[in-house]
Amino acid sequence: MSSTVLPISFGDALTRTAEVSQTLPADDVGEKLVLNIGPSHPSTHGVLRLVLELDGEVITKTDTEIGYLHRGDEKIAENMTWNQFVPYTDRLDYMAPLANNVAYACAVEKLMGFELPPRAKVTRVICCELARISAHLLGLGAFAMDVGAMTMFLYTFTEREKIYNLIEFLTGARFTTSFTRVGGQIRDIPPGFLEGVSEFCAQFPAQLDDFGSMLNRNRIFVDRTKDIGIIPADVALDFGLTGPNLRGSGNDYDVRKVFPYLDYQSYDFEVPVGQAGDCYDRFAVRMEEMRQSVSILRQAVAKMPGGAWQINDPKNVLPAKDKVLTKMEELIHQFIVVTQGPDAPVGEVYFGAENPKGELGFYIHSHGGGVPHRLKIRAPSFCNLSVLSQLLPGHTVSDVPAILGSFDFVMGECDR
Amino acid sequence: MEGITLLPEFRGETSGIVALEKIPEVMAALKSEGFTYLVDITGVDNQGEDPRFEVVYELCDLSKKKHLRIKTTVAEGDPVPSVSAIWRTADWHEREIWDMLGIRFSGHPDLRRILMWEGYPHHPLRKDFPLAGLPTEMPDIAFTAKAPLEGGPFVTSSAVLTQDREPRAQPSEERNL
Repeated sequence: MSSTVLPISFGDALTRTAEVSQTLPADDVGEKLVLNIGPSHPSTHGVLRLVLELDGEVITKTDTEIGYLHRGDEKIAENMTWNQFVPYTDRLDYMAPLANNVAYACAVEKLMGFELPPRAKVTRVICCELARISAHLLGLGAFAMDVGAMTMFLYTFTEREKIYNLIEFLTGARFTTSFTRVGGQIRDIPPGFLEGVSEFCAQFPAQLDDFGSMLNRNRIFVDRTKDIGIIPADVALDFGLTGPNLRGSGNDYDVRKVFPYLDYQSYDFEVPVGQAGDCYDRFAVRMEEMRQSVSILRQAVAKMPGGAWQINDPKNVLPAKDKVLTKMEELIHQFIVVTQGPDAPVGEVYFGAENPKGELGFYIHSHGGGVPHRLKIRAPSFCNLSVLSQLLPGHTVSDVPAILGSFDFVMGECDR
Repeated sequence: MEGITLLPEFRGETSGIVALEKIPEVMAALKSEGFTYLVDITGVDNQGEDPRFEVVYELCDLSKKKHLRIKTTVAEGDPVPSVSAIWRTADWHEREIWDMLGIRFSGHPDLRRILMWEGYPHHPLRKDFPLAGLPTEMPDIAFTAKAPLEGGPFVTSSAVLTQDREPRAQPSEERNL
């Protein structure tokens, strides 16, 4: 029996749409459909709402609606003392609460003019890098799941669990850590914590290689991310993109390198950048950043100095509890710090930190005293999402989950 | 640079004041000088001062590793010239300032509310907007009920002087114990 071969050509979405529109009745051509994605939709990772105008399956216009998680954090900050605001920073980028705590504390310390002792700085670097790995793992797992690789999510959560155990060991909380205070942390690192971090660093790179090989040779994953959602470097910077989303486009801006804080200049690490600026590059940049974070963690563990873990300034930092209960001076200081807050000078500062999602900045305008006059949070997810209305038109609806997943945004931070 | 009055350095940061009408001109010049990255725009409400509002621009020159803050003041009701044609990231920042503080931006392509919904009557980050909220036509959504624990012994209130803000300094009928 002879068989015939029928060649199938599929073409890309834009040519398909053009072909189909030729066969349509004349009054159907150019008819637009408005599709509403969100605010509650699995691919929007929170409460983002996209109003898409479609011509067939091609997006012609995008309106990004945010604000569904607006809690008025900046208003709240104007009504409380510096240290009282720390728990609110946990809830900005809730994938990496430790990194937010550190960024906020560093911003207030910049205003105060405090210089942290070396042990506190190294402790904070460990906090930041653990948070970065944890946030990237979740971003990676959710991204892979959105484009059809379910297994990935379970693997990355196994690794995140180990980080959560370390964070619980360090701060007493797994999720809402509230670990930093102005001038230091709530406590010194517990004995055995550094060994735990070393243990994690020893086994994690092999896991990361596994994750990489599961995705970067996966035909479905690569087809759905390569050459999708391309952002040129100049457009990325024009829209204020930061973090892996900017570096995926080829711009090497990393706050840790350009404006070093916490002595990041003394660590040896590299800043990965992408070339094409597509979804795959943003994924690849995050993978490499996790390897660099492991390297930073190893260096931090190796050089952890002894000595004080908070600044020596009794009027602004909580004294040791046993002294509060037995000494007059310390009792008075405890009372002042708790009720009035650390006494800030008049002035204004901006402090940006390289968080997992990008540059998290705090602009503090102080009129003196224990509360800010204005505290503005420069949220990386807010700026990253603003590019969507420029980026999505021309893509198909099926590209939307891939693009949103590759952006790895958090609405808690975007809406504040 | 012409048009910028530099302020004394504080914590290693350079700030400068620019007259309101000069903003587009100075900003375009700064961008061509290398400040290609607009980090953030913030509005500050200095209620009781004249002019009432301050708009603060944070700029970065990534190749020279320089940070610059540009400030301008604007009276209530006056528009600020938009810089969204210079940096497209300014689009959303200016919408947020309009939403939160009620400062208008002239020349902005799409000045809608961004965090609150269209039609919300107040600008919540103004200093005369109380923490507990103000009445609206949608009382079930934008309510004015007391915030949890409000007036309680552990909740501070908004004021500059610590002795006024300290909860124990409030009259007992206000504390609602």
